[in-house]
Amino acid sequence: MAVPRFWREISSRYNLIGTKCGSCGKVDFPPRAVCPTCGRKSIGKMQRLKLAGKGSVVTYTVIHDAPAQFEMQKPYVVAIVQMDEGVRLTSQLLDVNPDEVKIGMKVQTVFRKLGQEGEAGVIHYGYKFRPAR
Amino acid sequence: MRDVAVIGVGETEFGELWDRSFRDLGIEAGLKAIQDSKLRSEDIDAVYIGNMSAGKFIDQEHVSALVADYSGLADMHLPTVRVEGGGACGAIALLQARLAIASGMHDIVVVGGAEKMTDVGDVQAAEILSSTADQEWESVFGATFAGLYAMIARRHMYEYGTTREQLASVAVKNHKNGSLNPVAQFQKEITLETVLHAPWVAEPLGVFDCAPLSDGAAALVLCEMNRARKFTDTPIRLIGSGQASDFLALHDRRDLTTMDATVVAGKRAFHEARLEPKSIQVAEVHDNFTISEILAIEDLRFIEKGKGGPATAEGMTALNGKISVNTSGGLKARGQPVGATGVAQAVEIVRQLRGEAGKRQVVGARRGLTHTLGGTGATAVVHIFERGD
Amino acid sequence: MKAGIVSYGGYVPRYRIRPKDIGVVWGSDGEAMGRGLNIRAKSVPGPDEDVITISVEAARACMAKVDIDPTEIGAIYVGSESHPYAVKPTATIVAEAIGSAPVLTAADFEFACKAGTAAMQTAMGLTLSKMMKYGLAIGSDTSQGAPGDALEYSASAGGAALLIGIDHVVAEIAHTVSYTTDTPDFWRREGQRYPSHGGRFTGEPAYFKHVTNCAQLLFKRAGTSAEDYDYGVFHQPNGKFPVRVAKQLGFKDAQIETGLCVRDIGNTYSGAIMVGLCAILDEAEAGDRIFAVGYGSGAGSDGFDLTVTDQITKIRRDATPTIKEMIADEVFVDYARYAKYRGKIVMRGA
Repeated sequence: MAVPRFWREISSRYNLIGTKCGSCGKVDFPPRAVCPTCGRKSIGKMQRLKLAGKGSVVTYTVIHDAPAQFEMQKPYVVAIVQMDEGVRLTSQLLDVNPDEVKIGMKVQTVFRKLGQEGEAGVIHYGYKFRPAR
Repeated sequence: MRDVAVIGVGETEFGELWDRSFRDLGIEAGLKAIQDSKLRSEDIDAVYIGNMSAGKFIDQEHVSALVADYSGLADMHLPTVRVEGGGACGAIALLQARLAIASGMHDIVVVGGAEKMTDVGDVQAAEILSSTADQEWESVFGATFAGLYAMIARRHMYEYGTTREQLASVAVKNHKNGSLNPVAQFQKEITLETVLHAPWVAEPLGVFDCAPLSDGAAALVLCEMNRARKFTDTPIRLIGSGQASDFLALHDRRDLTTMDATVVAGKRAFHEARLEPKSIQVAEVHDNFTISEILAIEDLRFIEKGKGGPATAEGMTALNGKISVNTSGGLKARGQPVGATGVAQAVEIVRQLRGEAGKRQVVGARRGLTHTLGGTGATAVVHIFERGD
Repeated sequence: MKAGIVSYGGYVPRYRIRPKDIGVVWGSDGEAMGRGLNIRAKSVPGPDEDVITISVEAARACMAKVDIDPTEIGAIYVGSESHPYAVKPTATIVAEAIGSAPVLTAADFEFACKAGTAAMQTAMGLTLSKMMKYGLAIGSDTSQGAPGDALEYSASAGGAALLIGIDHVVAEIAHTVSYTTDTPDFWRREGQRYPSHGGRFTGEPAYFKHVTNCAQLLFKRAGTSAEDYDYGVFHQPNGKFPVRVAKQLGFKDAQIETGLCVRDIGNTYSGAIMVGLCAILDEAEAGDRIFAVGYGSGAGSDGFDLTVTDQITKIRRDATPTIKEMIADEVFVDYARYAKYRGKIVMRGA
C-alpha cells in the first residue's frame, strides 16, 4: 500500500499548494526546491503559494481506454489547464459534455476522489476541474 | 574519441510471442547479432541492455546479468549494464555503449534491447507504460499515456490544422512498410477508413493511431572502427549521437506541439556528424502514436513545423519518398517492445545502409537516422549512421 | 451572550433520478410512489463523490462567504451515516482541505439524520464556553436505500456546513432543545450494506413523536408559537412528513416552502435539515425568525430557534452557488447508471 506516498502530497492535492520563486516570480506546481528558470539562485527563496483554483483549458482528450481507478467514469475528459498563476495542471474535467469542451474555456477546481486502494484500502482525494461558474 | 561502427545485427520477430519468455527473446537477438558479426564470445568486452520495465512486467530486475548469463557469457564475467529511460532505453544503451568504446575503455560491446509485455493483461500493461509519464501529477489524475499524446494531437490540430486523416496516413504508410518486413508484428496493409473508424482510445487517437503492446528483442554489435573491418566489409559508422531531456510532465513543457528534447538531441547529433537533415535518406522515428511521427519529422527538421500532417498525407515520407520514414513499419507496425525499440530502429537503419532491406530497400541510402523517445518526450535520443565507405 | 451561525454553505451533487425510473425496474408504480412521498427527484452522487468530498465542498462554500482564518476553527465535526470509512474520520480530511489543520479537535458523529444538528449543539457549547472561537458542524450523507425498498425512492446525497461562533453571527441561536429516546424505527447493523426500518412504525411513534415533542418544548422555552416565525424547517425524510408535522404545529405552507428541498433532491439524511436551513439563509433578511427541528432515527430531535441578524447582508452569500442554484443544476440518469454510480452492481474482485 502506497500510504505515505499519497499522504505526503496532501497539501498540494487538497489545497493546490505550489511555490513561487523569490527570484523571478515564476509559479511552480507541485512545489519545487529549485526554480527551473533561476537554478541555484532560487535555492532557499522558494515561497509557498496557494493557487486560486481558476484557469482555462489548453488542450484536452476524451479517454476511452481507462486505467483501473477510472474504469467507472469512462469515457472521461482529461485536460491540461493553464491556471491564472501561469502554471499548468493536468486532471479530469467534469460536469461537461465531451462535445462541448473547448480550448480556452474557463474552469475551476473541485475536490473529488482520485481513487482507492481496493475496497479495504485508503481512499485518495485531490483536485479535478469543472466549467467555471 | 575513437570512431565506432556496427558490425553485426540481429532481432527476433515482434508480436505476441506466447511461447517465448523474456530470457528466450533476449538471447535470441543477441546470438543472431554475434553470429552476424562473426564474433567469438571471447571478443566481447561488455554487454549493454535496454529494458524499460522487466520488474513490473515479469517481476525481474537485474536483467543485465540475466541476459549475459543466458547468452552463455556468465563465466566470462563481463561488465553488463541495464539502461532505462522510458521508451528510449535501447537508444540510450546504444549511446552508452558507443561512449564506452569511444573512450577506449572497451573495443567490442554487444547492445541489446528487449521487452516482454504480454505476460500481464492489457490494462496493467497500459498502466506500466504510463509510469514513464509523471506518475504523481499526470497518471494519478487519470491521464493515460495515450491520453497525453492525444492532448498533444489535439493541440497540434488546433494550432496547425492537422487533421485526423493526416494522422491516419502515418499508420497507413507504416503498415504498408510493415507488410514488407518479415519480422513485423503486423504485415498487412490497412486503409485510411480502417484507421478513422477504429474505436477510440483517447480522442482524437483511435486504436490504429497507437502502437501495439509487443514482445521482442533486437541487438547489435559495436566495434571500434579500425578493428571493425576485420569482422565485416560493411561496417556502418555511428557518426553522430545526441541525447536530451526535458520536463517530465507534458504540462510543464515549453510548447505542447514541439518536443524540445527531440530538437536538441537532433541538433547535437547533426552537429557532431557535421550534417544537415537533408543529408539523411532513411529515418526510423518514434511513432508510438501517429502524432509522434508528425512531431518527430518536424522537430528533426525534415519537414517544416506544422506541416508534418500534409507532408505525410502527400507521401513525402513514404518508402523512397523525399525521406523514407519508418521503413521497418515503425513502432506502429513493426511493434513496440519498449526496451527493444531503440536498438530495433538502429538494426533497420544498418540493414538499409548495408543494402540488405529487401523489398523495403531505400534506393541509394547512405545515411540514416534513428529517433527514440522516453515518456511523452522527456527524453529523446538521436543517432546518425553512415555507410563506412 | 448567544451562539449562532457565522457562515453557512451547502453542496448538492448534480445527478438526479426520478421515482418512475426506479419503480419501473422493480415492477412498482414509481410515479405513484413519488406522489405519495411528494418527491419529484432525488440527488445521486457521482462515481468520484462521497461524504468526504461533499463535506469538503460544503465547508469550502461556507468559508468562501466570510474572511475568517480557518486556523481559528477549534473544532470540526461531521455527522453522517455514510462516512466512507468506518474508522478514520471525515472531519480530519475536511480540516486539511480547508486549512484548519493541525491545531484543532475533530471527530465524526453518528445519529442517523440528526448527526449534523448534534454537531451544531456541540459546537455551540464549545464556543459559548469560550473554549474556542469557532466550531464547524457538518451534516452530510450519501445514504442508500435497499434496492426495491421504499427508501430507495428518497435516500439521496448532499450536505451542509455551519460555522458556529459567538461573534458576527448571521443567525443567532436563541434556544436549542432536544428530545431523545430509545426508539428503533430505522437502523443499520455494522457490516450491513443497507439500512432496515420498521415500516409504518417510522411514522407516529418515531418521527412525529420526537419532532412534535421537541417542537413543543422549543415553543415553551422560547415563549412562542408558529405564527411568530418567518420560516419553519423540519427534518424531511420525504415531502409528506414535514408538511404534516408543520401543519400540526400551526405552520402555514408559505412558512415551510423555502426549506422543503426534499421535493427536488430527496432525503439527504444528516444533510437534510441543514441544507434546508441553508436554503433559508440564502434568502432570509435581518430580523427573520427561523424554527428548525431535525430528527434522527434511533431516535431524537434537536430543535433550534434562530433569529437572522443584519450581519446576513455583510457576508458574501453569492460567493458560491445558492442551494436553489445547485438544486436547479440537474442531470437526470436512468436506473442502470444510478446503480453503477451507487455501487449496487457487483464488480469483479469485489
